[in-house]
Amino acid sequence: MSAHPMNAFPTNASVLIDQVTKIYGARAALTEVNLHLDPGQCVALVGHNGAGKSTLIKLMLGLIRPTHGQVRLLGEDPAGAHAARLRRAVGYLPENLAFHPSLTGQETLDFYARLKNVARAGNTDLLARVGLEAEAARRRVGTYSKGMRQRLGLAQALLGQPKVLFLDEPTTGLDPALRQVFYEIVQELRAAGVTVLLSSHALTELEGQTDRIIVMNRGVKIADGTLADLRHLADLPVRIQATGAPAGAVADALGTLGQVSTNGHAVECRCAGGDKVAVLRRLTNLPLADIAVMEPSLDELYAHFLRREQAA
Amino acid sequence: MSIPLILAGKEIRDGLRNRWVVAATLLMATLALSLTFLGSVPTGTVGVGALDVVVVSLSSLTIFLVPLIALLLSFDAIVGEVDRGTMSLLLSYPVSRGQVVLGKFLGHLASLAFATLVGYGAAGAALVATGADTGPEGWRAFAGLIGSSILLGAVFIALGYLISALVRDRGAAGGIAIGLWLVFVLVFDMALLGVLVADQGKTVTVGLLNWLMLANPADAFRLFNLTGTAQVSQFAGMAGIAGQIHLGPVTLLAVLAGWTALPLGAAALIFSRRQI
Repeated sequence: MSAHPMNAFPTNASVLIDQVTKIYGARAALTEVNLHLDPGQCVALVGHNGAGKSTLIKLMLGLIRPTHGQVRLLGEDPAGAHAARLRRAVGYLPENLAFHPSLTGQETLDFYARLKNVARAGNTDLLARVGLEAEAARRRVGTYSKGMRQRLGLAQALLGQPKVLFLDEPTTGLDPALRQVFYEIVQELRAAGVTVLLSSHALTELEGQTDRIIVMNRGVKIADGTLADLRHLADLPVRIQATGAPAGAVADALGTLGQVSTNGHAVECRCAGGDKVAVLRRLTNLPLADIAVMEPSLDELYAHFLRREQAA
Repeated sequence: MSIPLILAGKEIRDGLRNRWVVAATLLMATLALSLTFLGSVPTGTVGVGALDVVVVSLSSLTIFLVPLIALLLSFDAIVGEVDRGTMSLLLSYPVSRGQVVLGKFLGHLASLAFATLVGYGAAGAALVATGADTGPEGWRAFAGLIGSSILLGAVFIALGYLISALVRDRGAAGGIAIGLWLVFVLVFDMALLGVLVADQGKTVTVGLLNWLMLANPADAFRLFNLTGTAQVSQFAGMAGIAGQIHLGPVTLLAVLAGWTALPLGAAALIFSRRQI
């Protein structure tokens, strides 16, 4: 069993996905996926629609079973005999969130608290924490805006202090203020040792919010690591914009280290990530007015990994 | 509180909020009251056992109305929640799928029982208010009618869940539910009658007829109520049959209970294997 991939994972992982394949009819939604999520980690699951993000989350929740391979949630089978007990320690915000429209916000949260056997005394505070005021909580969910429903959705996911939190496209269609609230809460949870899995296709907003990024494409995991890891792996050119010096002077200073082009009144240099410091050192010898270093964004990294996948 | 009761409570509250319970209760009360007063016209005021006449009229009302209300309540219960997305959230909570089916069943049955009790109760109360002759045996038959109507409702709620657990599409579930209602309430009896006439009693014996009647919960309900007491069977024109049918009330109620338990169990089993 020593060659078994599971042994490569830390034993205290909150979630393990081991050689999992999921087939619907004739279509493979996931193909031999391996991954693990650790306590206190905020992981972003990134990919197009149909890349397999929601399928992965449903497998981790035990809503569906893998065709091959195995899934472990807090060390146990999430679709097994202890599923009910396991789910007490889990929070879930589905992608297409729907509530019963005839119940009020407060009643909805009370209903879910009862199901999770959580004291309802804390519900008012929980609603306040996600920014639903008392007046809104007394209204029927049918009258809620998308943002308010999403706030209520986050509140129910936080019931009973979960150890693992699955947030499927949590910020899609939310205003920037609410996104801020969202990520603040996620950071607090992460600090408290909660495992947070965020799926998203809005990549730019994930920068700086997550410890790790897993990139999915058509049911296959194509990248997994920290943002720095992924940058290193992709080895995309760093762009440096300099103003105040003519393009010719910059090109002379860099020599073979980078390519130079003009971008408006600025000079743009592209160089390999490893040459970044050397290039900066040479540039600073020139009489520059300003300098800006642009690392490849998450969007660019994602596009790169997709391109690499298609070329393969 | 146990999980099925929490879920049942939510279903009842849903039913009250979206006026389902009120509408069903008003419908049953209106129809029951009109039948009560129209039904007493032919017997006039000399009629002995006005309540027995009411039991006969309301039995027919139940056979048409209760399965329809029950199926309309239940056909959407599983497929609808899966469709809207409320089911995946519910199942991420510490609840089993069997508990979900049981909780919904208890909630829907309570709503239907309330509508039946109040609707038919109104008819009974109106009869008392007009000073009609009601004997203790009449009341027993009336109570049996209400109880068995609720049981017939339970059968069709369970059948509705079975449909809801089987199909992937809400429209299909609605269509199948209406089809099921037509079969059990109209087509089955007509077909049975056709077979009896064509057969002229050669192969279809009384024993076989007994079994055929049990294959339709609506017929089991009809037999229970219309042959229950001598008075009622006389009014229903069922006295002849009552003499030939060898199925006691306990057997008939057991059949209805079986018609509830089996589809309900099957619905829970199929739902628990379904991919959400």
